[in-house]
Amino acid sequence: MSAVTAMRGTGAPAQGPPTGLGHRLRLGVMDTLTMTRRELLIWFRVPAYIFFTIIQPIMFVLLFRYVFGGAIPVKVPGGYVSYLMPGIIGQSAAFASFGTAIALARQIQKGVIDRFRSMPIARSAVLTGRLLSDSLRLTLTVLVILGVGYAVGFRFQNGWVPAILMMLLGIALGVVVCCISAYVGLAIRDEESVGSFGLVWLFPLTFVSSAFVTISTMPGWLQAFAKNQPISIVIEEMRSLALGGPLALHAWQSVVWLVGILVVFIPLSVRAYRRV
Amino acid sequence: MSDDAAIVVENLHKSFGDVHALRGVDFRVDRGTVLGVLGPNGAGKTTVVRILTTLLHPDSGRALVEGRDVVHQAAAVREIIGLAGQSAAIQEELTGRENLEIVGRLYHLEKATARRRAVELLEQFDLAGAADRPAKTYSGGMLRRLDLAASLVARPSVLFLDEPTTGLDPRSRIGMWEVIRNLVAEGATLFLTTQYLDEADELADEIVVIDHGRVIAAGTAEALKDRVGGNVVEFALPDRDRLAEAARAVAGLADGDPSIEPDTGRVAVRVGSRGSEALVQAVRELDAAGIEVDGLALRRPSLDDVFLALTGHAAEAEEDGGGRRRRRRSRHGASAPAGTETDATTEGVGR
Repeated sequence: MSAVTAMRGTGAPAQGPPTGLGHRLRLGVMDTLTMTRRELLIWFRVPAYIFFTIIQPIMFVLLFRYVFGGAIPVKVPGGYVSYLMPGIIGQSAAFASFGTAIALARQIQKGVIDRFRSMPIARSAVLTGRLLSDSLRLTLTVLVILGVGYAVGFRFQNGWVPAILMMLLGIALGVVVCCISAYVGLAIRDEESVGSFGLVWLFPLTFVSSAFVTISTMPGWLQAFAKNQPISIVIEEMRSLALGGPLALHAWQSVVWLVGILVVFIPLSVRAYRRV
Repeated sequence: MSDDAAIVVENLHKSFGDVHALRGVDFRVDRGTVLGVLGPNGAGKTTVVRILTTLLHPDSGRALVEGRDVVHQAAAVREIIGLAGQSAAIQEELTGRENLEIVGRLYHLEKATARRRAVELLEQFDLAGAADRPAKTYSGGMLRRLDLAASLVARPSVLFLDEPTTGLDPRSRIGMWEVIRNLVAEGATLFLTTQYLDEADELADEIVVIDHGRVIAAGTAEALKDRVGGNVVEFALPDRDRLAEAARAVAGLADGDPSIEPDTGRVAVRVGSRGSEALVQAVRELDAAGIEVDGLALRRPSLDDVFLALTGHAAEAEEDGGGRRRRRRSRHGASAPAGTETDATTEGVGR
């Protein structure tokens, strides 16, 4: 290690931070990509993460298709499996955010986030890298679910362009819920608490929705919530895209909800990250 | 500001709600030297580290690292520092090599350079054999070494180590000291916090003692020891019931009152600059009183004595009861009782 003395201070850019916007942007992109690669590498190493993002959604598809599905009457072309698939994509995308919250809380506890914050890394990179890797992960989940769906009888009824839009909307929903989860993880900072109660809100949001059953079968007081909460709205839009149906109303409602949540939770997450 | 200072800290204050973590801390660290920051849990050591490494803003006061302000030039500070915190900041799912390479990439090293640097560090820290195993298979000592390696990837000119050996077994601790000594030999400036007196004694050029958010003493280990008042005559009693009696017997040769540790049956008497002559006197007095003793010895004061004298309580038995209680005993084996048996020199503490 005798070379170290000679090289000390000449390793990283030592002449102070470059200030050009373009340069900073380039470094920001580089840092985001490094973080993304890092998160994906971790994800591949943890069997539990793979289970939650791939195996569990497949089990849900099979469970609802063959166990509960027969008892749930729906009026859509193609029967229950057609109704189910957009719903299950929405539900899985939302639940995939579990990993985001838990991983961030864990990295705070371990001091990994402190290390990053003491390094000359773009301030946003931890979050943007996280979200980029989450969206890649979500894409994989959506493709796996659709593959299984096709094997058990699901077919897009409305052409390819709306089909692709449906997938993108499902991924967007997942990323938006990941933003909420990122905030939860950064704010609670304790892996165990996040795992046990930090994400309970996901259950009413995904199950008291139109993901698996038609809302008209629920008691009246529940319908009001189920109909107007964002996950139902996005899933209804996905369903229309996949199967054909009115698009306009749910389209703008979906956009308003998704953008609204981002506008609230991205600044909250950034603030929580700075304060860790 | 003077150009040979690597770290300058002026009048730092920081509160968390009602808790005053820092109440006006000042010190400076010369380039290429090791500062040991010594204090019990909750004294404010980690708060100082977090401020100096840009993780936390002070409420008031100023801190410069290599002349760069940690608040207003935080990005510039981050370019030149390395941090190894209290827990190993390692992603345990990734291998040692991956951890280091990713840190290298985040410091914007070229891919090949990051890879080379990782190999260098793995070898230097004796981790080459475990390089491609997930870090969760590493022992505590290996994780700490990997963590330290990660803090060195970009060859920082100022390195912050926050309690680098807390929780390590004695063997790993000695290993860690060796590693730290080598770093110092390379010429880095080192800021080291510890609650172990012997660690500061071993590694630091200068020591700053912090208690309740204030610097209560600063200087070299030798200077601090001198401040306590020179030599100590120390002995243990097989019969603990006679401790007070023994203390009375030797009171005549002390500068202040003898200090007593009921747990261990030890009595220590400060005798200033007097040497073996004080020892002989002690033997006479004890013999005259008919008190039997074990291991009567004359020694230079340890940092234990310093801490006791400065703070009025022992270094290793702070009352805060914080989560981490894995305290070692100091090498003098004194398991000091919590805040009891303070001695008379306490009021000599600078405010």
